[in-house]
Amino acid sequence: MRRILWFEQYSAADRGVLGGKNAGLGELTRAGLPVPWGFAVTAIAYAEAIQGAGLARELADLMAAADPGRPETVAEAGRGARELVTSMPWPARLDREVLGAYAELCRRCATAGVPVAVRSSATCEDLPDASFAGEHDSYLWVRGADEVLSHISLCWASLFTDRAISYRRQLGYPETGLAMSVVVQQMVQPRAAGVAFTLNPRDGDRSQVAIDASWGFGEAVVSGEVTPDHFLVDKLTGEVGSRIVSRKEVEFRLTAAGRVERAAVDAARRDVPCLTDAEVKAVAALARRAERHFGCPQDVEWAVDARQPPPGRILLLQSRPETVWSRQPPRRQGSGDYMSGIVRPGAERTTP
Amino acid sequence: MTARLPSPFDIVTPPGAEGWQELYSYSLLFSDDRRGYEDSAFWFIDGIHSPEVLCPWDATILEFALIVLSQYNTRHYVIPPALGVDLRILNGYMYLSPVGVTDPAEIEARIPHFTERAGYYFQHWDELYSSWTAKVRVLIGELERIRFRSLPDTEDLAVVTSGLGLGSGFELIAQYNRLIELTLKLWNYHFEFLNLGYAAYLDFFRFCKEIFPSIADQAIAKMVAGIDVDLFRPDEELKKLALLALGLGIDDAFDNPPGEVLEAIAGRRGGAKWLQAWSRAQQPWFNFSAGSGFYHTDKVWAESPDIPLGFIRDYIARARRGERLERPVDAIAAERERIVSEIMELFRTDEERAIFRAKLGLARTVFPFVENHNFYVEHWGQSIIWRKMRELGSIFVLSGFFTDPDDVFLLGRDEIPGSLFDLYHGWAVGAPARGPRYWPAEISRRRVIMDSLRAWSPPPALGTPPEVVTEPFTAMLWGITTEAVRQWAGGSDAGGGLTGFAASPGVAEGPARVVLSATGIGELRDGEVLVARLTAPSWAPVFGKIVATVTDVGGIMSHAAIVCREYGLPAVTGTAFGTKIIKTGQLIRVDGNTGTVTVLHGTSPDQ
Repeated sequence: MRRILWFEQYSAADRGVLGGKNAGLGELTRAGLPVPWGFAVTAIAYAEAIQGAGLARELADLMAAADPGRPETVAEAGRGARELVTSMPWPARLDREVLGAYAELCRRCATAGVPVAVRSSATCEDLPDASFAGEHDSYLWVRGADEVLSHISLCWASLFTDRAISYRRQLGYPETGLAMSVVVQQMVQPRAAGVAFTLNPRDGDRSQVAIDASWGFGEAVVSGEVTPDHFLVDKLTGEVGSRIVSRKEVEFRLTAAGRVERAAVDAARRDVPCLTDAEVKAVAALARRAERHFGCPQDVEWAVDARQPPPGRILLLQSRPETVWSRQPPRRQGSGDYMSGIVRPGAERTTP
Repeated sequence: MTARLPSPFDIVTPPGAEGWQELYSYSLLFSDDRRGYEDSAFWFIDGIHSPEVLCPWDATILEFALIVLSQYNTRHYVIPPALGVDLRILNGYMYLSPVGVTDPAEIEARIPHFTERAGYYFQHWDELYSSWTAKVRVLIGELERIRFRSLPDTEDLAVVTSGLGLGSGFELIAQYNRLIELTLKLWNYHFEFLNLGYAAYLDFFRFCKEIFPSIADQAIAKMVAGIDVDLFRPDEELKKLALLALGLGIDDAFDNPPGEVLEAIAGRRGGAKWLQAWSRAQQPWFNFSAGSGFYHTDKVWAESPDIPLGFIRDYIARARRGERLERPVDAIAAERERIVSEIMELFRTDEERAIFRAKLGLARTVFPFVENHNFYVEHWGQSIIWRKMRELGSIFVLSGFFTDPDDVFLLGRDEIPGSLFDLYHGWAVGAPARGPRYWPAEISRRRVIMDSLRAWSPPPALGTPPEVVTEPFTAMLWGITTEAVRQWAGGSDAGGGLTGFAASPGVAEGPARVVLSATGIGELRDGEVLVARLTAPSWAPVFGKIVATVTDVGGIMSHAAIVCREYGLPAVTGTAFGTKIIKTGQLIRVDGNTGTVTVLHGTSPDQ
């Protein structure tokens, strides 16, 4: 079993040691979709580290002492567990393997000390489908080998945040078999970013790809802080059928110090489309590829790499099944269909 | 929506056109005795077929066409939601009004009749269509055999010795009656399949829109469009002739002035071979009108060889530049199958997929007729009708009634028998006919009226605008939709932008060239945007030069839409005011994905 798995090495059998987030990125990469480079530090690595440090028993005792009815006991158990995890020594070979993988990532990205996202991707042996959505910590713009190592520790420790402990208790999830897999992925500085649905969210029309896009990081779109540009692309013709350019007041962007800040969009870019038509079509084509791969309508997050002039390379950050329209029953044929007595399925008289 | 369209009764006669009403059938005029009905109806100008003032005789063709169209909807196939399309002439322009069936119970009651009647045609489409092609060719032969002969001083001896018992005056009148009868028959054949073709196509269209409300219209159209279409043959023949001239090394003969090209070719080695191919292509493919076929002034290739020769010269120039002239039929076929396989992935149930297959199958079965009938009727048949009418006009010229054979078109259909009888009368009696004293002045008066009407600009629509336009043929053929009506009611103050149908995808910018008649297409330069009231099939050769098309009239199945999709050019059709708002030389942006046209600069840099 592997402690480090690159996204492109993903196979379904590894799901249990990857957690949902890593598995998703692995599957997209395996499908040939342009996901930023990255690797998983698997749940095996976590389990070996805990075992090597001999912490399993101690952590179990701390958790047993936490009573969700008494928040102060949860806080105390959590603080104790987090201290244990962040201060434990790592097995030497894990240290070596993570450093080796990060060096390889820097090589692939042709950037020394490449900035990465370090994200939690929790797993639980008995609950392979548990999402743990948002319960654990993630860190953006982590740079350099030492920082990567320390943030992996922080992700591990975030299994024991107060809210994660309470969440598990409330849902009755067991503490045994709980582990943390960690995503280490190249950060992309987007010129523009946003979301795309492989259907029209207004009427569920599956012949359309709907795109919301704005300047800078996708957070502006996802959080609803800006009214994004809106595009509809017809899947059959591949053409942009509708284009609404909005006034985009704010964007999230990277400061010189490497922090993400919320800032006003300069006047020159405020009222112009944040994507060229070629980029709109490329985003739609990418969303459509994800939809084809998963076999159902998708809700994807994407970004245009800022390092290239337009049309920039489009990267896929995430893809999830669309849930609103996909649960509606299929459309029925309306009235006024006076041809139904003439054209019946199976009664074709000519092959098209 | 507030009614802001003018009433037909508010329209005044333009100065100099007084008395225009006498030139058209009384039944085609707005009149006080039908005012209640006429004022409450919605009338739109038939910009597709009659964008210009109709001469009195020319109105016959549209009158026949609309009435037969109506007859098949109403009396033959009992199309559930639609009766006919009514027509009126106002200041020389044709206005149409779709008559729908509005009562849901009545629509329901019509369905079984429609199912039985239309179902029969759909089930036997191939046999019926092949017999249609045969009978329309027979009819065309009969039209060709119409002969108008001058009345002789003395009948041939053979007329007497064969005991024929009939004279040339009788024959002259009989031939005209026969021409009218065959013309009405031609238009009956025209609509025998067309309404059903549209019904099947619209049903497919409606189904796609129901499942995929925002699906691009052109995606639907592309799935149905034919590959081998007779209507494209004339243009294909010109390309073949251009390539043959290049192959024989006689292409430089086209550098001569148009009138001398054929002579120059005849003097060249290999010239005989080319001339043989040229004359073989003529029959039937040069029976091709440079316009819609509805005007006697539309030039026909067979009679105006400069037109096809000019196009061949353009094709030679393009081939010399290394352009491929052939239609990319393989690519068109592959694209159509690509769209079908894509859409098959998008359905949610097998039931939907099966219904789609069935409807697509029917639409593809019927569509070749929808495209091809146009060649046989509007081009081939009508070319002969106009030519025969000119022959009749020459008889009148010889008899001193007219000065120009084309004056015959200034008479109404029912005025001709009277004038022929006048001629017959004078010839039979051996006394002066009244025609030579009566018609010259009357023709002059009518010319003034026509010119005055031509100077007038018709409003696009009249009467009471409908809440919604539901009559399917109106939207499909004429591009009259609820949105179009709303825009007309709002007037033409569209500012720098225009909207119409997203008829062919893509976005292009270029200097505009406003072309108001077929003769203007010669002015088009490479890289320009063609802006026209509408386009005609014979304009096909210009589509290799232009970067986009904008038309005033027409929907997504209009000629401009079909051809632009073929050529991969953006097109916006049915803008209503394109030729009025856009000026030649303005830099414009045509967005065929959204159906918008934007004027970017008042004039292009080189103006």
